[in-house]
Amino acid sequence: MAMAGEKGRGRWFVIAVPYLWLLALFLAPFLIVFKISLSQDVVAQPPYAPQLDLSNGLSGLTDFLSQLSLANYGYVLDFSNEFLAAYGSSLIIASISTILLLLVGYPIAYAMARAPRSIQPTLLMLVILPFWTSFLIRVYAWIGILSPEGLLNQGLMALGVIDTPLEILNTNLAVYIGIVYSYLPFMVLPLYSALEKLDLTLLEAAADLGCPPVKAFWKITFPLSLPGVAAGALLCFIPAVGEFVIPDLLGGSDTLMIGKSLWTEFTVNRSWTVSSAVAVLLLLVLVIPIVIYQNIQQRELEAGK
Amino acid sequence: MRKGLTWFNVTSIVLGFAFLYIPIILLVIYSFNASRLVTVWAGFSTQWYWSLLENEQLIDAAWVTLRIAFFSSLAATVLGTMAALALTRYGRFGGRTLFSGMIYAPLVMPEVITGLSLLLLFVAVNFDRGFWTVLLAHITFTMCFVAVVVQSRLVTFDRTLEEAALDLGCPPFQTFFKITLPLILPAVVSGFMLAFTLSLDDLVIASFTTGPGATTLPMRIYSQVRLGVTPEINAVCTILIAIVTVVVIIASIVTKRAESQREAEERAALQ
Repeated sequence: MAMAGEKGRGRWFVIAVPYLWLLALFLAPFLIVFKISLSQDVVAQPPYAPQLDLSNGLSGLTDFLSQLSLANYGYVLDFSNEFLAAYGSSLIIASISTILLLLVGYPIAYAMARAPRSIQPTLLMLVILPFWTSFLIRVYAWIGILSPEGLLNQGLMALGVIDTPLEILNTNLAVYIGIVYSYLPFMVLPLYSALEKLDLTLLEAAADLGCPPVKAFWKITFPLSLPGVAAGALLCFIPAVGEFVIPDLLGGSDTLMIGKSLWTEFTVNRSWTVSSAVAVLLLLVLVIPIVIYQNIQQRELEAGK
Repeated sequence: MRKGLTWFNVTSIVLGFAFLYIPIILLVIYSFNASRLVTVWAGFSTQWYWSLLENEQLIDAAWVTLRIAFFSSLAATVLGTMAALALTRYGRFGGRTLFSGMIYAPLVMPEVITGLSLLLLFVAVNFDRGFWTVLLAHITFTMCFVAVVVQSRLVTFDRTLEEAALDLGCPPFQTFFKITLPLILPAVVSGFMLAFTLSLDDLVIASFTTGPGATTLPMRIYSQVRLGVTPEINAVCTILIAIVTVVVIIASIVTKRAESQREAEERAALQ
């Protein structure tokens, strides 16, 4: 079955190079983060202890192990610090954003899948194009629109809808707008690919049997698009939980998100060990959605074969 | 059943695209504003573009960013294509589940985690932080995107051509470069472009892994944005948007042309 490399060194080489790369630069770093999350901050270079020192043989290892502690986790999980609230609020903000993304993205994907075949590639390209332009730029664009003297408030005041500017920038509402705007292509694309594969004769059959279109949508189209819904939702939800740029630029000082807390802990408080513990716990929260996402991706590819 | 455009479908598309494009268009328009106040229109001017030319910090940062983006996406394309081949062509091998896990996880991994973990790795092995560490970090996270793009092309690909070449005694290495690579080239090119733009765009991972002398453009833009919206930033953003748009449009025309040429050749070969 496989391309001839099967027997030769070629096969070994093609597998080993990316494999070793990822082991060294993706997996190993996580183990280091885990180790540092069990260490203590010290004023030294590097700024954490204990260091594994094997010059005295095995006693170095036991010394090292005995000095590891769960103190950082205790600190992060202490209610008097804001981390627990930040985990909770990140999960809530990411969930609400994902629901909003589905509500905005589904009609767009649906309309694209129903558009004449000849214009579908153009529509697809138009959805992808903003994704190619910088994420930071797209978030930045909203600052100019949502600020109190921004274009949205100016427009609404000129139309006489409001008298005083709306406070949108630096609130959670701005964070939702930012997430929905930036992640929209990630939602639309999997939905589109699921809806585009839909066998239209099923809907014809339903209509012939007297099923009204709205009912046919809920009984046929929506259930068959669920793999796309799941893929799109996870593709948006998982990174949104750890989002940093959007809450930092659009959110207010009371917008709590764990990505921002991690960044602050690292850059302002300079505690590497506490940031590592925050990262490990964030990963624990996300491990189940990530595994589900991988399984969906895997199944998609097997089905494509 | 109803193919074609109902009023509902037209409205969804128009509103959806308006939402996607209006913020970008406003940003571009206000980069030509004569006033320093970004929200008050005071006539057309290109002064902010000229003042960019004197902003050496920004030009330096742009140069660093372009070099990192180019070299990291080149390496990521090679590694990602190898990873895609390993996943689709070589059947089961030891640790395949771990391997595919390491390919998919970075796609959704929050950037703060990837950035922090790579930084701690570089510190642990005592690697001086700067240009090279950002480059290594970018190769690592973008190669997975390349792998997924190329993989999706490889699974829908007609294997009989490869098998025919191998049956006729063509060595595997040569088969790859003569048959497989030309056929998956559009996917490899879009993988490269994706890696390039992701690297160009990255703020969080670069901020964690960089060191003295390697400030990238997003880091520079970010630190200025935190101080407020300025027309210079609008001008920088407009230039970046223009570059990306032109490149994407050219690439899509080229791949379309290559594809129709290939189809024509396939038809000719069958006759």
